[in-house]
Amino acid sequence: MKKKSKVVSYNKWGYIFLIPFVVVYLVFQMIPLVTTVYNSFFENYRSGLTQIGPNFVGLKNYVTIITNGDLPTYLVNTLIMWVMGFVPQIILSLLLGAWFTDPSLRLKGQAFFKTVIYMPNLIMASAFSMLFFTLFANTGPINSLLLQLGVIKEAYQFMSHVWSVRSLVAFMNCVMWFGNTTILLMAGMMGIDPSLFEAAQVDGATATQIFYKITLPLLRPILVFVMITSLIGGLQMFDVPQILTNGTGDPMRSSMTLIMYLNKHLFSKNYGLGGALSVFMFIITGILSLIVFKFTASDKVEKKRSKNKA
Amino acid sequence: MSANMGVLEMNTSLVAGQKENGASIQARRIIAYVVLGLVSFLCLFWFYILFINSTRSHQELSAGFTAIPSTHILENWTNLKNGTLPIFNGIFNSLFIAVVTAVLSTYFSTMTAYAIHAYDFKFKNFMFTFILMIMMIPAQVTALGFLQLIGKMGLDDSFVPLTIPAIAAPSVFFYMKQYMESTLPLSLIEAARIDGSGEFRTFNSIVLPLMKPAIAVQAIFTFVSSWNNYFTPALVLHTDTKKTLPILIAQLRAADWLKFDMGQVYIMIAFSIFPVIVVYLLLSRYIVGGVTLGGVKG
Amino acid sequence: MKRKILGVLLSTTMVAGMIAGCGGNSAAPAAEAPATEEAASEETAAEETTEDTASEDAASEETTEDTASEDAAAEETTEVAADEGKVLNVYAWNEEFKSRLTDHYPGYEEVDATHGKIGDVDVVWNITPSDDNAYQNNLDETLLKQADAAADDKIDLFLVEADYALKYVDTDYTMPLADLGITDADLADQYSYTQSIVTDSNGKLKGSSWQACSAGLIYNREAAKEVLGTDDPDEVQAAVSDWSKYVETAKKVQEAGYTMCSVNDTYRVYSNNVSGKWVQDGKLVIDDNLMNWVNDSMELVEAKAENTYDLWGDDWAKGKTPDGKIFCYFGPAWFFNFCLDADQEGTIANQGGWGYCVGPQSYFWGGTWICAATGTDNASLVKDIILTMTTDKAVLKDIAQKDADCVNSKTVLAELASDDSGNLELLGGQNPYQQLAEGAEKIDLSNLSAYDQGCNEEFQNAEKNYFEGNATPEEALDMFKKAVMEKYPEVTVD
Repeated sequence: MKKKSKVVSYNKWGYIFLIPFVVVYLVFQMIPLVTTVYNSFFENYRSGLTQIGPNFVGLKNYVTIITNGDLPTYLVNTLIMWVMGFVPQIILSLLLGAWFTDPSLRLKGQAFFKTVIYMPNLIMASAFSMLFFTLFANTGPINSLLLQLGVIKEAYQFMSHVWSVRSLVAFMNCVMWFGNTTILLMAGMMGIDPSLFEAAQVDGATATQIFYKITLPLLRPILVFVMITSLIGGLQMFDVPQILTNGTGDPMRSSMTLIMYLNKHLFSKNYGLGGALSVFMFIITGILSLIVFKFTASDKVEKKRSKNKA
Repeated sequence: MSANMGVLEMNTSLVAGQKENGASIQARRIIAYVVLGLVSFLCLFWFYILFINSTRSHQELSAGFTAIPSTHILENWTNLKNGTLPIFNGIFNSLFIAVVTAVLSTYFSTMTAYAIHAYDFKFKNFMFTFILMIMMIPAQVTALGFLQLIGKMGLDDSFVPLTIPAIAAPSVFFYMKQYMESTLPLSLIEAARIDGSGEFRTFNSIVLPLMKPAIAVQAIFTFVSSWNNYFTPALVLHTDTKKTLPILIAQLRAADWLKFDMGQVYIMIAFSIFPVIVVYLLLSRYIVGGVTLGGVKG
Repeated sequence: MKRKILGVLLSTTMVAGMIAGCGGNSAAPAAEAPATEEAASEETAAEETTEDTASEDAASEETTEDTASEDAAAEETTEVAADEGKVLNVYAWNEEFKSRLTDHYPGYEEVDATHGKIGDVDVVWNITPSDDNAYQNNLDETLLKQADAAADDKIDLFLVEADYALKYVDTDYTMPLADLGITDADLADQYSYTQSIVTDSNGKLKGSSWQACSAGLIYNREAAKEVLGTDDPDEVQAAVSDWSKYVETAKKVQEAGYTMCSVNDTYRVYSNNVSGKWVQDGKLVIDDNLMNWVNDSMELVEAKAENTYDLWGDDWAKGKTPDGKIFCYFGPAWFFNFCLDADQEGTIANQGGWGYCVGPQSYFWGGTWICAATGTDNASLVKDIILTMTTDKAVLKDIAQKDADCVNSKTVLAELASDDSGNLELLGGQNPYQQLAEGAEKIDLSNLSAYDQGCNEEFQNAEKNYFEGNATPEEALDMFKKAVMEKYPEVTVD
């Protein structure tokens, strides 16, 4: 990508094409970000109809959040539910992507399957959670089915056990997002020069070798993209657990995510604590994303090879 | 899910041991069909339930779950249509916002990606890293500041805060950038320059068409997430006739015992999913073919 | 009485208001005095009232005139609110009041779902659902801007529920009824608890309700016969007349294969009978009676005599049919009229299989209060609406009979209790008005506070963890305190 070529005189266009992005970014994201940080140094909330503050309190909000120790708990909850959903999701997506792009399989009905896998994403998260809530109620159809089959003796309270709630959240996220991931990965796989596969086959490589030695490394840029967007999406996880647990994150807040926690402070319009919490979340997201990014994208040479010039 | 995962892992190894002979391909194919069948069921099942539920009356719904459609679909629809919620405004608002968002987001993200991809300038690497950094800021984190801002700008209760910010969409940018890296040769741009094409024209008439598959994919993603977005619209829109469908659904669901009607809720969900399915099916034909094209070209 | 279950979408509507209202603390609107030029708009409204509601109204008409002259006096000292507003803005969270007004207020014409007309005044309904606090957020923002709003945009009337009434009543944004010219004599027939809910800390009455929602225990007659050998309301009452008897009965109920009810059904009964407010001197206080709820409930949950279902959920609603094997629900008149699905075949209510008794303690549930917003430009119309809808006996009796509301009038309830017009089919022909009226007299709400809504909700949420075995009692209480701190940063907890 470092093309030191004859385009130098055109390079001012680089700036020109960046203008819309930069302007919109500065106005609609930078200013709010700065205000949010600014707010975090003030006591500023509403008690009933009475506004308290804003009074400058320095780092008090940060201290409050650190000392009550809830933040790590909710971060861990969020990450657990994200990993539980993401691992099956990425395996399923890689598998489907590999099948769809494998010419030797000659799968029929590919258009149908490719179309269908993205469809759960068309349902609003809230509607989806509502369905799950009904399906997994104590007297709901899943419990009746299990009772009839004799798997269980009395109704299993899905919403009252830590791991069943977390699993439901993870499962829903997985179903909703694996199609999206598959489409992205497929696009990446299709971008790989078929001659590489042919050459590998001529050299006698097995499918496993081809997958691990060619497909995966060449897929790296898209994988990084998928990992980071999914991680960020995961850290922002909100509506699914919110609706499934009625906003409580129960049992004992074991399914309460970071954003659900932030949302708790919005009841009292608590700009101060909410702002400080936002700053923490910003830092956490940044660190985690950087780790993922460094971890997966360190090797740029590999990517070079994937570029095929027409 | 865990049971499923076991199967999947098994299959990965089966994928691995491929190509020995026709029989193993046959076996793999069967497994692929079985898994795809299961996956399709998992994907379509919810639509079936939504459809069934939207044909049932509130009492039937509260009585329990069945797999057989009932007869109240028209009744539910009439109740919804004659209720206080401006659903037709809602569908228009949702459509307008989602289309504008998808167009702005894909067009300008491609432009930004192109700027980074095709040109060399001082802040190029800085910009690239910077955009990647800001991709990591969750929208909710800045929500408070965002609202204060639009309040001061007098943009409260308007569509501007819901559409214009889509111009700066880091994740769409990142996707476009990655796609360009594998499919957009700089030599093509230079050829265009030799032919005397202006930079802006080159972008619009050469780069954009080449990016079609990526644009289609991102257009769907952006359209769908905008269509289903509740968070920002709920913060920004206050007038009933300006509200989008997800907000109206929330309002319908929040109705209390006096007129709470799950039948109406379900038919409204069905009603609001329908357009997005149509849009998706139209674009998806293009994607399923389009992605392949992009690959062949590469 | 809000639907809790599944109602939550994103609770972000909360943020919605934050910005606009962030300027905060603006002084309450100045204009306090009502109506001067009562002539024009009042005439149209009042005239029609008298015509339609005939003789009984003579009294109230007199009052109107009296107060009109009182107002004339007040006029000299206070700034005067305009009274010829062309638009009456009403804020509500559902359509209940709208349908009451449409059906019972003389001269109200419906234009469309959110607009109506009274004489030449346009009535605009601003209906925001109460879930996620959306109604209050919306109301808050509008009230805070009330002083600067154009006359036709000012809120004139808004509705509140008991759980958070004080949040509004105890501010200057709500107008004392006396300032509207409504006297204690006008309201003498109302139950006192309905007034204490909307009385501010200075003792000023600031709202009025047409409902008296005293509530009790609604039992399954079949189950009562099976367990207690009788379905007679008095004998069932004897079996549940205090909490220890109730617990005893619940255990018998369980042995017979039934479940008593959900722990959340009984919560309100305990929380209405606390000995102190939730927040005292800025500190959170957990009342003994609430701990009794926790202990009694836990005992019954462990004995499998009560379940932990959330109100309004699918599981909870199963008890409406015989298959649900539920012994009782707790609720007021609106509950059995609207929530037991009497028009649905196969329900207990459809077969007239419920009975009603007062239960272990008197309590109330629900009800809607009408408040006048300070700065209203339709003071006389507001006054007439409040008087007509909440004190006019003919109207109230009409509401009771047509809409099955338990109305806020001792006289009307006594009438209903005295003859067969109060018999209800879904209660197997029982006339519950005697018990309802008695219950309403006994309710004492002096311990209501502005924190009730949030505290009650969080307390139930937290204790659910204990009931379901996911927390020790201490952990559950800590969880509750944490949630209160998040909701009310100004409250201190131990």
